[in-house]
Amino acid sequence: MKTVAEFKIEYRRILDPRGMLQGTPPAFVHDREELLRMYEIMTLVRMFDVKAVNLQRTGQLGTYPSCLGHEAAHVGVGAAMLPQDVLAPVYREFGTQIWRGVSMLEILNYWGGDERGNDFAGPRHDFPWCVPIATQTLHAAGAAMAFKIKKEPRCALSFIGDGGTSEGAFYEAMNLAGVAKLPVVFVIVNNGWAISVPVAAQTAAGTLAQKAVAAGIPGVQVDGNDVFAVRDVVSAALETARGGGGPAVIEALTYRLSDHTTADDASRYRSAAEVKQAWELEPLLRFRHFLRAAGHWDDDREAELLARCAAQIDAAVAGYSGGLKPATDAMFDHLFAASPPHLQEQRQMARRFAGKHSGH
Amino acid sequence: MIEAIALAHGWEMQHDPTVVVVGQDVGANGGVFRATAGLQERFGKDRVQDTPLAEATIAGMSVGMAAQGLKPVAEIQFMGFLYPALDQIVNHMSRLRNRTRGRLTCPVVMRMPHGGGIRAPEHHSESTETLLCHIPGIRVVCPSSPARAYGLLLAAIRDPDPVMFLEPVRLYRAMRQEVHDDGQALPLDVCFTLRAGNDVTLVTWGAMTMEVLRAAADLEVQGISAEVIDLGTLSPIDIDTILESVAKTGRLVIVHEAARNVGIGAEIAARVAEHGLYDLLAPIQRVTGYDTIMPLFRLEMDYIPSTQRIIDAVRATFSDDAP
Repeated sequence: MKTVAEFKIEYRRILDPRGMLQGTPPAFVHDREELLRMYEIMTLVRMFDVKAVNLQRTGQLGTYPSCLGHEAAHVGVGAAMLPQDVLAPVYREFGTQIWRGVSMLEILNYWGGDERGNDFAGPRHDFPWCVPIATQTLHAAGAAMAFKIKKEPRCALSFIGDGGTSEGAFYEAMNLAGVAKLPVVFVIVNNGWAISVPVAAQTAAGTLAQKAVAAGIPGVQVDGNDVFAVRDVVSAALETARGGGGPAVIEALTYRLSDHTTADDASRYRSAAEVKQAWELEPLLRFRHFLRAAGHWDDDREAELLARCAAQIDAAVAGYSGGLKPATDAMFDHLFAASPPHLQEQRQMARRFAGKHSGH
Repeated sequence: MIEAIALAHGWEMQHDPTVVVVGQDVGANGGVFRATAGLQERFGKDRVQDTPLAEATIAGMSVGMAAQGLKPVAEIQFMGFLYPALDQIVNHMSRLRNRTRGRLTCPVVMRMPHGGGIRAPEHHSESTETLLCHIPGIRVVCPSSPARAYGLLLAAIRDPDPVMFLEPVRLYRAMRQEVHDDGQALPLDVCFTLRAGNDVTLVTWGAMTMEVLRAAADLEVQGISAEVIDLGTLSPIDIDTILESVAKTGRLVIVHEAARNVGIGAEIAARVAEHGLYDLLAPIQRVTGYDTIMPLFRLEMDYIPSTQRIIDAVRATFSDDAP
């Protein structure tokens, strides 16, 4: 017997849970403005998330998937991408989307049951939220194929969850990306739980990053609560992909501090002790420690930021609450570029019965 | 017909640089039926790509490519192998325009061989178009001659929305016809009246047009004048053309190779009942495949409706005791 293939998976961390740097930091860590921009968006997303859950609890929003605890993974990716790159999100990556220009009002509209939320004012080319699991990875690969064919220096980036890596579409997407050497990066946000199923029950693989190995592409693990490491690793992968060097898989290890969605109760399947422990590793805390130690941050600035974020969120909620229910025509308007006759008949019927629901 | 399909690809790729062809064996091999023969030589490996052997990949990457400005024409090797791609078709391809309010669209054509009758192995003879017709947001098209394959494929590629393009395998080589490679598309969403008649309306599509036209010729001899309508686009259905014909003939027989239960024949019958019941002089008849698994090829021609079954059904509409 001889060894015909071997692999190793590396793990990257720059900012430890105490807020201390490990090793030589990447250049952006010396850019105060950039660091504050990242911290501010992470804070905004954290506060928006709390607000969105409250809106659902008070009957003002539909089922909502909280992103609590994912701020470093999401904002780190957003900061690494270029505006012309294309994002294929799952449904939880609000930090990346807000960084890229999706508005809180759009997020509220979509999760409030209105397709208009998917019509991002910007970035126009990003894919909408993707609720079926893992299918978006193939869209990212296809987008990357389009960039390759059109010779545009752009990348696609697809998120996927730990549970999503069990889906065939994920393997197919990595396989296609590898064989066609596509400019695409897959970021696995491994938050430990696929609703109630822990990663250990998804796969016997020691890491999710190593799933890349069989597709012939590099896989790497990163501390997903460390926004510096996420940004650095994703930036490097995008740069390689943009230069024709092919795709990558990045597994960001984090923790879902919230329920899966507002329709879930995580206390049914995981211990309070586990969650308490995870809170000690959460991403904002260590970032704040770092910023304070570097002299970039203090209590006054924090208070000012919280007030500014609250005002932005209030404005978005005001716009959302004041928004009008779409007309029934909205069901028909965008099904086809040109509506066939039978849909015109059904459009008239929907108008006639609009709002006349059973039991009202 | 297969050459007509290759011609349509070539014309559109020549005139629209955003058209790309993807699928299994579509490159150097030119497709297992030769529908993409010569395209890779002409347009290069970027625009004519062999994909991995994975139907969900073909559909999913087509969604991604279409959303970012290309027009993929994807080949699924046989309709029986379409099903891994259905997730992408149902959940994404058909609804990307709707769910983004038109921000992103999916101008994709999914081509696939359709139906039986060529002594192919198991799973290679499916006609499951009903599955596709139930999906909102896509068109389903099925040509019945080389000229219509050419014109309808051009129309499908030019359409800004997803089109499932079902190619009857029995017609690939059975039917020869001069096709003008002039880039002229035929209209989608309309029926084609293949033969005018006054006594009975026969509605069909795809390869069954052969049996139906033969039945119409035989019926003529027997003194029954049959109008033959080729559906062309299976979804959405051009019901107006059918209703006009039924208003004239008073009799309707729907013929399809696919199984009967909840088939397209049922939809047409329901629509005619809703809008044309009082034009009918006799109960509507359906002549279809059986509600069984498509058998292996020794029995396949017993599954596919024969000319005699069609003639018998037509004659039943003229008798007082229809079966």
